[in-house]
Amino acid sequence: MIEQPQFRGRVATISAVNDFVVKFANVNGSGSASANGLFAKAILRMGVPVAPRNIFPSNIQGLPTWYEVRVSEDGHLGRRGGVDLMVAMNPQTFFKDVASIDRGGYLFHDSTKPLPPDLRDDINIVGVPLTAICNAAYSDPRQRQLFKNIIYVGALSALLGIESEVTDQLIADEFASKPKLIKPNIEALALGRDHALANLEPLGLQIRRADKVGDRIYVEGNNAAALGAVYGGATVCAWYPITPSTSLAEAFTAHCQEFRTDPQSRAARYAIVQAEDEIASIGIVVGAGWNGARAFTCTSGPGISLMQEFVGLSYFAEIPAVIFDVQRGGPSTGMPTRTQQSDILAAAYASHGDTKHPLLFPEDPAECFEMGALAFDLAERLQTCIFVMLDLDIGMNEWLCRPFAWDDERRLDRGKVLTFEQLEAGEPFGRYRDVDGDGIPRRTLPGVHPSRGAYFTRGTSRDPDARYSEEGPVYVANMERLLAKFDSAKALIPAPIERPARRRTPHGVIYFGSSSAAMSESLQSLEAAGRHVDALRVRGFPFSDAVLDFIAAHETVFVVEQNRDAQLRTLIMTEGGVDPAKLVPILNYDGSPITARFITDEISRRLAGARTMGLRKAAR
Amino acid sequence: MTYIAKPRLHHPLLQPNGLGFTRRDYEGKVSTLCAGCGHDSISAAIIQACYDLDLPPHRLAKLSGIGCSSKTPDYFLGASHGFNSVHGRMPSVLTGASLANRELTYLGVSGDGDSASIGLGQFAHSIRRGVNMTYIVENNGVYGLTKGQFSATSDKGSKSKRGVMNHDQPIELVGLALQIGASFVARSFSGDKAQLVPLIKAAIHHRGPAFIDVISPCVQFNNHPGSTKSFDYVREHNAAVNRMDMIEDRDEIVVDYEPGTVELVTQHDGSVLKLRKLATDYDPTDRIAAMNHLQTHQALGEIVTGLIFVDPDAQEMHDYLGTVASPLNQLGDAELTPGAAALERVNQGLR
Repeated sequence: MIEQPQFRGRVATISAVNDFVVKFANVNGSGSASANGLFAKAILRMGVPVAPRNIFPSNIQGLPTWYEVRVSEDGHLGRRGGVDLMVAMNPQTFFKDVASIDRGGYLFHDSTKPLPPDLRDDINIVGVPLTAICNAAYSDPRQRQLFKNIIYVGALSALLGIESEVTDQLIADEFASKPKLIKPNIEALALGRDHALANLEPLGLQIRRADKVGDRIYVEGNNAAALGAVYGGATVCAWYPITPSTSLAEAFTAHCQEFRTDPQSRAARYAIVQAEDEIASIGIVVGAGWNGARAFTCTSGPGISLMQEFVGLSYFAEIPAVIFDVQRGGPSTGMPTRTQQSDILAAAYASHGDTKHPLLFPEDPAECFEMGALAFDLAERLQTCIFVMLDLDIGMNEWLCRPFAWDDERRLDRGKVLTFEQLEAGEPFGRYRDVDGDGIPRRTLPGVHPSRGAYFTRGTSRDPDARYSEEGPVYVANMERLLAKFDSAKALIPAPIERPARRRTPHGVIYFGSSSAAMSESLQSLEAAGRHVDALRVRGFPFSDAVLDFIAAHETVFVVEQNRDAQLRTLIMTEGGVDPAKLVPILNYDGSPITARFITDEISRRLAGARTMGLRKAAR
Repeated sequence: MTYIAKPRLHHPLLQPNGLGFTRRDYEGKVSTLCAGCGHDSISAAIIQACYDLDLPPHRLAKLSGIGCSSKTPDYFLGASHGFNSVHGRMPSVLTGASLANRELTYLGVSGDGDSASIGLGQFAHSIRRGVNMTYIVENNGVYGLTKGQFSATSDKGSKSKRGVMNHDQPIELVGLALQIGASFVARSFSGDKAQLVPLIKAAIHHRGPAFIDVISPCVQFNNHPGSTKSFDYVREHNAAVNRMDMIEDRDEIVVDYEPGTVELVTQHDGSVLKLRKLATDYDPTDRIAAMNHLQTHQALGEIVTGLIFVDPDAQEMHDYLGTVASPLNQLGDAELTPGAAALERVNQGLR
């Protein structure tokens, strides 16, 4: 949608309608988050899809923070890369922010003070004297700060062509419970808007009313995953605060208060415990799962490290558990408020000894909801620990996605749990016997029957009837059954989704999770440039045969990931016996969500190189 | 840990309890602990207590961590579900189990290494959280399974079997339990079944976190002269505050005592604790006084035993959480899943 740049002197001006990137540079704790959120939502209400991303520090007040809004009528919701309009509100980062603007782009700044000399001459400067306007309108310093944010939203809406009715209505919605605040906020919007209309030309970047949002919803992945847990029948949540997973537990609390309060007694059909640490969190989950309640914890990398021993117990003693891992930058404390997909191996092989665990990779909040619910069925069906692998980008940002859906005919799959009636009728029970040939044993819950079904659970080796045994063959038989069980998981994990190129091609790309949105845009760009790549989105582990078939059908397969060590690639190589030379890693791990431009550039570069390599091969 | 099941032969004259079970029905597998281990006496006391209480074995869940003491749940209550979990983490697993089904009786068995060293945090937090459980620490002041290292409850100045002196300050679990809100706190000695069995019975009837520290000499590694957890040392320094009988509410309370020498405490479920006072003016319902008494006598080198504190009207975790009366693990789809119509309303709010 980017139109031909118009030259204004030496400046090549970017002109675009409904397709550009706006970035706000702020100081955290200054109240900018709600103003910026209002800006993004206003564009959404204009019928144009947006994808905002908070880029924030591990800090409460004073450090730089950014809010990047991708505007895309075509519905590209990943990061594109580059900045068309920078709203530079933070003196600390001013020069860096200015440097990041695309050639021909726009710098919006507070013109109360003059700009430093010798600034770039290839960008358009748009100044609004925000501080002066605020100082004239307000005497309270707090008001001056807060309304400054709203004033720039007002000015920007005018410059970009956002209808004032839309922003005014959003203010009315936002402050529905505090109506006193509606009028002053609408007045602040008008201050900015009026100034811009009176003094400035509209920008080359314009929002034009469209109808491209449809029935989609706008929600954070953590919120969606928490709702998925409610629909999935989770009753016990034990957690420990850690960015970026905290809001998942908080959202679960809010959803439970709404949906799980007994209408008569007002009692809770759920139990949420903020535990003393992640070890206790997963311990509570394992205890509850052992006793037949659907239980989960939510955490991030450091929590995953602490939970290792219990995850191994869940695997070996075969106890259902669900862990939502909202991944962030590691290792160690790493980058607590930045995104990565760097816990793949830590989760897949969590704990000591020979273990492996099913993983689910949601691409957006809609899948966070679906997989959030599915995880509990899988955990009870497979009697093991299931990881739902979100990341900060999906978890903490608002995403536009298809609405949540639920089939009222759907029943929770409680797995192979023998009931009192079955035991009473003489159904034979051996806790670790593979009765059905799928490696999945039957279990009983404590208290079920006065004389049948009791067994002793332990993390130590035992025979099929749960009796302690350190006999080699007994141990091996059990470990082999656990492998058979893991194989049974393949059919239950959501299948990968293939997106074939328009033309037959020897090149494929595998991607997963939050990279999906940027990947979609990149595939479109690659195709437009005549580079054809078949794509496969992996949705879980263990990998179905379709993943290996896809790799077998291509000469080269790019694996796009947001970590340094190409962890999914390693998992595919290890579990699928794939030749490493065939899998080419495309890795973004700087802590900011992967961009479409990055993927396109990396794949293009390698495809160009591959051609040269092909010639060399031919010469040999 | 044994695979040897006890023979299911019943002596024809074995007395059945109110449920028709004999004492044998509360037993488990053959113990593999050392001959004379104090822990086996505690297992026997648990069996006796459950038999006396007419407790249906399947309505109790027994959980433990790792260590000699944590092996014992295999040796009692064979008809109950058991869970030998992770070292020092029994309290969290028990907490989760209790959240899932509030109707069962939960018995946590742990040791001093399990609860005072690696698991001190979980011990403390499960108690302050008010988990409804009987938490028994089989305290021998030594690591048995790894052959004789000091534990965090080893007394300062006590000597190991190899002659090494312990210089570290001990962690006093009874004092800690009092401080962080245990609503039933007792200490006993594995060699004093008459004292221990009623305490276990009262703890099982208690609603809330009930903690019993049982000094349990390790015959292999900590029963020598110089040890403060040996049979001889404990016998010589035992300072019991009371002797107790547990009377279930259905039993008739017989008044057979001199006024002023016995105190009756009625627990939440109607069970009555009949306490024969040994320490003058000791009031086991006064937490601060209990802490004072404990500290004072400990400074004198005495081991305070008996029912040290009880709050008969205590609440438990489920009260704080406001959970429904029926166990969470028995809620059906309709009670758990809000349905498609509710979801559509959620969608509407997100547009």
